[in-house]
Amino acid sequence: MTPRFLPVADLALMVEFASALDPAAHAAVLALDRALAANPFPGFAEAVPAFVTLLVAFDAQVTTHAAVETHLKTLLSAGIETVLSPETHILPISYDNAADLQEVSARTGLSPQAVAQCHQSATYEVAMYGFAPGYAYLSGLPDALRLDRKPVPIRNVPAGSVIIAGGMCLVTTLTMPTGWWIIGHCPTRILTNDPDRPFLFNVGDQLRFQALA
Amino acid sequence: MTAELQILAAGPHVTLQDAGRPGLMRFGVPASGPMDRKALAIANTALGNPTGATGIEVSPGGLSLLCRKGPLTVAIAGGGHLVTRNTDRFGSWATLTLNSGDQLSVRPGPWGNWCCIAVAGQIQSRTWLKSASTHALSGLGGGALSAGMTLTITNPGTCAEGPIPCPVWARPRNRLLVTLGPQDANFSAETLGTLLTSPFRLTASFDRMGLRLSGPPLPPEAALGIPSQGITRGAVQVSGEGTATILMADHQTTGGYPKIATVLSDDTDALAQLRPGAGLAFAAVSAETAISLSRTRSLAFSAFLARLSAGAR
Repeated sequence: MTPRFLPVADLALMVEFASALDPAAHAAVLALDRALAANPFPGFAEAVPAFVTLLVAFDAQVTTHAAVETHLKTLLSAGIETVLSPETHILPISYDNAADLQEVSARTGLSPQAVAQCHQSATYEVAMYGFAPGYAYLSGLPDALRLDRKPVPIRNVPAGSVIIAGGMCLVTTLTMPTGWWIIGHCPTRILTNDPDRPFLFNVGDQLRFQALA
Repeated sequence: MTAELQILAAGPHVTLQDAGRPGLMRFGVPASGPMDRKALAIANTALGNPTGATGIEVSPGGLSLLCRKGPLTVAIAGGGHLVTRNTDRFGSWATLTLNSGDQLSVRPGPWGNWCCIAVAGQIQSRTWLKSASTHALSGLGGGALSAGMTLTITNPGTCAEGPIPCPVWARPRNRLLVTLGPQDANFSAETLGTLLTSPFRLTASFDRMGLRLSGPPLPPEAALGIPSQGITRGAVQVSGEGTATILMADHQTTGGYPKIATVLSDDTDALAQLRPGAGLAFAAVSAETAISLSRTRSLAFSAFLARLSAGAR
């Protein structure tokens, strides 16, 4: 898969594997991200994996867009490892008293129990982080639970809320407004206070939910 | 030995900031750090501190504080503020010493928005991910300052009082150099022309996350939404109705709005000092020019800091 390389000021190079959502492009992003982590170039600052892009930030005092592009092309042509070895995490969840469970039930035509069953049945992948610290977008939500966002966001949604919208799932880490549907609560802290591992998962990791007894 | 500064009044968004926490955007965490990063580096250098030592970023809301325990020299840089110690006026870029009982006040002056106060010593504060920089949205990091709080400074020191030179590149900048994109392909040639030839204005929607502009609409081509992707400080992102926002220190790390252009890093510091209502214009440069300008400007900044540092000794 040959990406496009787009300069971003004196800050970064955007590597774009596709212009629309595409599983193969996402796999290529994760593979290049790993290859780059293992083989950084002089002046490498950080990489931000997303659905179909890898943003590669660099120090303009040390390198240039052209040099970074050459380095990334070398990694790509070396046939970068595409077999990833993601960790799998099991997150506890309680669906009891979730603010939007009844509304999600009404909109999907599933009973609240069936919504919970369906949500637990899936294996999710950490597709990317975004929006706020520790907000990990989880792909893999069953189609039966695919809903558009609420028209108006709700304020002060507490940290630990398990929310769904647009075919994605997310566990919130801060008290923030959201227009996604709240279907449960997860007591696990994703923003840890562990300086060696401040975030519970890496992009590419797999994740399952297990209802609390 | 410690010194103590008690906050008497602080406007909204007066926070502790250091050099920030770069390198964590992949986890949704922006670098944060000062809106005008050079201001903090200059204030710290004037005191012989490392450039990224923790300081106070004063918002347009202003700050007044009482030195409960001194003496302690502080350095102020960034913007053109009204600075008083008790009843004495100081230039807005200066080092000055606070003795026990002295009151320092920093209020908006003739120009600029943000100033940084560095201290001769170490401000004790919470940190998050090894940085005291405050992330406004979450409050994580050193945090916002409010009346009644007391800052403790360890290893307080004093040094000579005097003005700090304010270089011309620290003034508000209203001609911003950009590289086009990364989503310039999502805009028509006519809209790209509008970006580069029309006047824009900063609106009152202005915070540490970003600066919304008013001006001619910059409509993205319909049906060309983009999957959410990484964003940098300086990104000029355009919402569905064609309104542009320039992302700043506490920006979201990813987003699905197309970026018509990205402001060069150096320009974003001086942009932060441009006041709401001020006009601005964009000029495009190539990626190669962006790099060479970045290097030239970085050398000039380092030379300025070196001269300041020599003067501080």
